[in-house]
Amino acid sequence: MDPVQLWTFIIAGLSFTLYIYIAIRSRAGSTKDFYVAGGGVPSIANGLATAADWMSAASFLGMAGAISTMGRDGGCYLMGWTGGYVLLALLLAPYLRRFGKFTVPDFIGDRYYSQAARIVAVICAIFVCFTYVCGQMRGVGVVFSRFLNVDVTWGVIIGMALVFFYAVLGGMKGITYTQVAQYCVLIFAFMVPAFFIAFQMAGNPIPQIAFGGEYKDSGQFILERLDGLSAQLGFGTYTDGSKSTIDVFCITAALMLGTAGLPHVIVRFYTVKKVSAARTSAFWALLFIAILYTTAPAISVFARLNLLEAVNETPRVEAPQWFEKWSDTGLISWQDKNNDGLINYTGTVQPAGAPPLAENELTVDKDIIVLANPEIAQLPAWVIGLVAAGGLAAALSTAAGLLLVISTAVAHDLFKKTINPNLTDKQELKIARIAAGGAVIVAGYFGIHPPDFVASVVAFAFGLAASSFFPVIVMGIFSKRMNKEGAIAGMISGITFTAAYIIYFKFMNPELNNAEHWLFGISPEGIGSIGLLVNFVIAGLVCKFTPKAPEHIAQLVNSVRLPRDAYAKD
Amino acid sequence: MKEHPTTAEARAKYWRKNITYLFILLSIWFMASLGAGVLFVDELDKITIPGTGFKLGFWMAQQGSILVFLGLIGVYVLLMNKLDKELLDGKEEGEMDASDH
Repeated sequence: MDPVQLWTFIIAGLSFTLYIYIAIRSRAGSTKDFYVAGGGVPSIANGLATAADWMSAASFLGMAGAISTMGRDGGCYLMGWTGGYVLLALLLAPYLRRFGKFTVPDFIGDRYYSQAARIVAVICAIFVCFTYVCGQMRGVGVVFSRFLNVDVTWGVIIGMALVFFYAVLGGMKGITYTQVAQYCVLIFAFMVPAFFIAFQMAGNPIPQIAFGGEYKDSGQFILERLDGLSAQLGFGTYTDGSKSTIDVFCITAALMLGTAGLPHVIVRFYTVKKVSAARTSAFWALLFIAILYTTAPAISVFARLNLLEAVNETPRVEAPQWFEKWSDTGLISWQDKNNDGLINYTGTVQPAGAPPLAENELTVDKDIIVLANPEIAQLPAWVIGLVAAGGLAAALSTAAGLLLVISTAVAHDLFKKTINPNLTDKQELKIARIAAGGAVIVAGYFGIHPPDFVASVVAFAFGLAASSFFPVIVMGIFSKRMNKEGAIAGMISGITFTAAYIIYFKFMNPELNNAEHWLFGISPEGIGSIGLLVNFVIAGLVCKFTPKAPEHIAQLVNSVRLPRDAYAKD
Repeated sequence: MKEHPTTAEARAKYWRKNITYLFILLSIWFMASLGAGVLFVDELDKITIPGTGFKLGFWMAQQGSILVFLGLIGVYVLLMNKLDKELLDGKEEGEMDASDH
């Protein structure tokens, strides 16, 4: 067995043992343990768990690679997936924590005094989480297969068994503390190669500073050199954008608003003891997320420059060793179209005054940027094993958080609150466990047999969350007048509009999916922002022409807005 | 009707202040991200951060906005803790049970 595989087995094996140990130590004894970890998680621990919950296989493996091909436009992911935490901390988390109970549908059902509103919310929650979780299980399988040479199917099954063990046994309590451990594994795995590469490129180990520094004492800034090389090869200038401003604006906004509306993130803030702790843990969460999110764009730049320098017009026979290895996996593919034996890697923007560009011959999968980084930088085998364990930690922690929301939605919102309110705590816990188990199996199935649309559904999840949950929760807190008719009409119209737009361009007419046909030039990724406006406007209009929300709702809203100690106890 | 430990006036003031904070903080949030990182990015890109290779707009979109977000949540935490104490006579808001209401 080669050293990389051996190290991967050792490090991944150790981390799995740790997760299982933690899960056994923190079993759930009641529904309160199972749904919200007993409501007693310290705010730093919750911040760590939220960060692991939030950062998925896509953040860990895919994001840096995606940004390195997008250049400045990649900022929409960076801002979108962090800026949402400001909205969450200021507009949602403290109030929802003060409201208490367990879930987002709980709040929507009570605030809008309506079972119908609750059920619409449950369906949205389950749909959003399922679209997401399938991708995570797939991520687990892919990491296993690439690093351990096992079949994707077996990778998914091992991942399922592990998640099943700690999510079903420990519920939120087990998940929270395994997520804390998973954050530590994933951030360590992400940062170690980043330090090394930053030092190699700019002589400064801090990636955030290094990517604004000089390239290997050449007297030229790294970004300047990359801009020059990119433009010369026809990829355009790296630090300039190529998408339209309105599209970048809408995508960024939709990702921010969607982040704030994602149920598996919101529910994490129910697990702390106090409202002030909910606010503080939002700060910790963003801090821990920001460590990865500010490093990722630096890695994108280093990796892009390394790639362009290393492969362009290099004779294939002299290509570096990593090129060879990743060609074998199919993640890099090269076809010598002009039979000159050189690797021609070119874009489509012909630079002015230069001879015509050669035809592009190279395809590079975006996941490779993080996966191959340690090899490109010639780091030791254990670092590569570490990256594999980090990718697994990122995928497993997110999958577990999502599965928990699904099981809570089924057991609590559907069974307890809608079908049979007389369930005892024990019965409800049992249903929650069965639901979690069932959800693991369904997610695993889709991980092994991914539907074609998996890649496009991420936009769906954010768009739906932005156009459904976010507006109704905000209106529920900041407007006493908003009534159930308005909220239901708003949710349904927001979702319908967003879903229809995405389905039309992504599934029905993919050939029309370009700026020429888009509404105001907004891509399906960004349409959630417009869906949000639709939701607000329709809700406001319907509310104007229907009876005001009843008196006890105004009191409920008051009790959510102010510290509870401001009112008399009864 | 039971006597509340705070006056209706104090409660109204608390909420007004809270809304003011939100308005200010969210305006900064908008300007730092969707403003500096998207709408005015080309103008800001004409400026380079001294001593680095960063164009200002690019840096705001990929680094600066995230740091601003972190600062905003930090300030919000401090402001709200202070506001809670003002309302509750120097005390903090107590612990609460997850399931009670």
